[in-house]
Amino acid sequence: MQKLLTWVDERFPLTATYKAHLAEYYAPKNFNFWYFFGSLALLVLVLQIVTGIFLTIHYKPDAAMAFASVEYIMRDVDWGWLMRYLHSTGASAFFIVVYLHMFRGLIYGSHRQPRELLWIFGVLIYLVLMGEAFFGYLLPWGQMSYWGAQVIVNLFAAVPFIGEDLSLWIRGDYVVSDATLNRFFAFHVIAFPLVLLGLVAAHLVALHEVGSNNPDGIEIKKLKGADGHPLDGIPFHPYYTVKDVLGVVVFLIVFCAILFFAPEMGGYFIEANNFIPADPYKTPEHIAPVWYFTPYYAILRAVPPMFGSQFPGVAAMGIAVLIFFALPWLDKSPVKSVRYRGPKFKIALAVFVVSFIALGILGVLPVTPLYTWLSRLFSVGFFAFFFLMPWYTRNDTYKAVPERVTDK
Amino acid sequence: MSEMSVDNSKRRFLVTMSTALGGVAVLGSTVPFVASMLPSARAKAAGAPVEVDLSKVEPGMLLTAEWRGKPVWIVNRTKEMLDQLAKNDDKLTDAASENAGQQPEYCKNPTRSIKPQYLIAVGICTHLGCSPTYRKEVAPADLGPDWNGGFYCPCHGSRFDLAARVFNGSPAPTNLVIPPHKYLSDARVLIGEDQAAA
Repeated sequence: MQKLLTWVDERFPLTATYKAHLAEYYAPKNFNFWYFFGSLALLVLVLQIVTGIFLTIHYKPDAAMAFASVEYIMRDVDWGWLMRYLHSTGASAFFIVVYLHMFRGLIYGSHRQPRELLWIFGVLIYLVLMGEAFFGYLLPWGQMSYWGAQVIVNLFAAVPFIGEDLSLWIRGDYVVSDATLNRFFAFHVIAFPLVLLGLVAAHLVALHEVGSNNPDGIEIKKLKGADGHPLDGIPFHPYYTVKDVLGVVVFLIVFCAILFFAPEMGGYFIEANNFIPADPYKTPEHIAPVWYFTPYYAILRAVPPMFGSQFPGVAAMGIAVLIFFALPWLDKSPVKSVRYRGPKFKIALAVFVVSFIALGILGVLPVTPLYTWLSRLFSVGFFAFFFLMPWYTRNDTYKAVPERVTDK
Repeated sequence: MSEMSVDNSKRRFLVTMSTALGGVAVLGSTVPFVASMLPSARAKAAGAPVEVDLSKVEPGMLLTAEWRGKPVWIVNRTKEMLDQLAKNDDKLTDAASENAGQQPEYCKNPTRSIKPQYLIAVGICTHLGCSPTYRKEVAPADLGPDWNGGFYCPCHGSRFDLAARVFNGSPAPTNLVIPPHKYLSDARVLIGEDQAAA
């Protein structure tokens, strides 16, 4: 066995890679609950790819057959229902895990120097994931698939000057049609997953280059022991692989509970209208995007049309998503972790969390004057967190950051 | 060779030029890929004009025809409905149909039609492309006492009157589109082709 390994190592850096990324990748010893979600995101990615492959075996990307082929998977294919529900529940789980992972980065300052690129790769992953989810939602060709796609593609039509042609180019037809379904299928199963895998690889390479941040926001590489390893670091394997296995077990318990007992989550994971085949001549009474898009959708609806154009709302929504890229440079605080930050940041963070969740709730509700005003209020809260950040992080009070990580 | 000194500026020039020209070639080769995503010849052919028989549309009723894959409404407006239109004028964003892109020139009139009786409009909300619902009843509970018939978009709450004109305060920025159309006879209309200038 040892001879075989030597033979391989002389031709491919197998042992060296294993050491660099697992056995001798030193991670801070004070990881807590929030550090489960990166590895869980990886797990869900694998789950989505595997179930996706098995779904494409039976699915037909044709406007005349798509809806029926999904019902065929649900009823006639052995275990087809499981593949489909794993995939649809997995999509929501992906966003839950990614939102928690992003929140972790936000509170412990994982976006700060030297991890700006790591953060940017992460935001790119988030954007690609949104595209991936959007394309995937059209494929069952239900009413909500159809009208959701119609609304989102029309967002691009609001772009001044080139908008109409742009949306025509995306759809490949004058309305969402078979041509649109076919290309969305191509994007969903090949184009975007390839980009996603590439970005995930870049995210991990960048992470292992700079090393993981930790709840104290301290650079453990600054203090190294006689053996050259960080004093506050422990090898990723076996210490954190074991920890992550526990996370996986707990995650799978919750995931399976949803999968088997509430796969549609009362209409939030798969909306009721999506069990009606797409009808281009009839818009459902109430349409709302799937829950993970609703905060941005609420921002879109909160902005009134200006100058005879609805572009301002679309632009606000776009900025709300893209603003995450700027976070490393908006944050001027001398410390990374929320543990050593002052009250101003904590209040701003609370406003942001409340605004994001409230917008998410408002995004699924129908339009009423009260809800519109609430959406405006929380949209201001959302943007204030980012745009006022240079000001309140500069003028906050801070606690002294210790030399070594703490075990709180 | 070894005796010759390296001409670095020449080398840099050649590298820059070949990179630039290679870049142009790569950009140029994306054109067929991008263009292949435009509507195909078949999709364009489906945009041919459609003929509709108006005698099927009872007074007050709405018929949906299909043109370019979009719903096109034909509403047979009654005298009462037409009388209501002028009452809306001060609540509308564009009561006089000033926005030229939303209707052909020959429909730039108070009823936004060739024949006042028939409203012919593309049933796609100018906000984000949902299809509004025909709500011809006067003052229903959910739309308020001022409602005297029109179209209500369920997606984002845009309101239009029976001439497909948008009410102030709707998310939709403009009136619904009146497609080009012409009357072949009293009861037959061709949607998708302009009538000859009268």
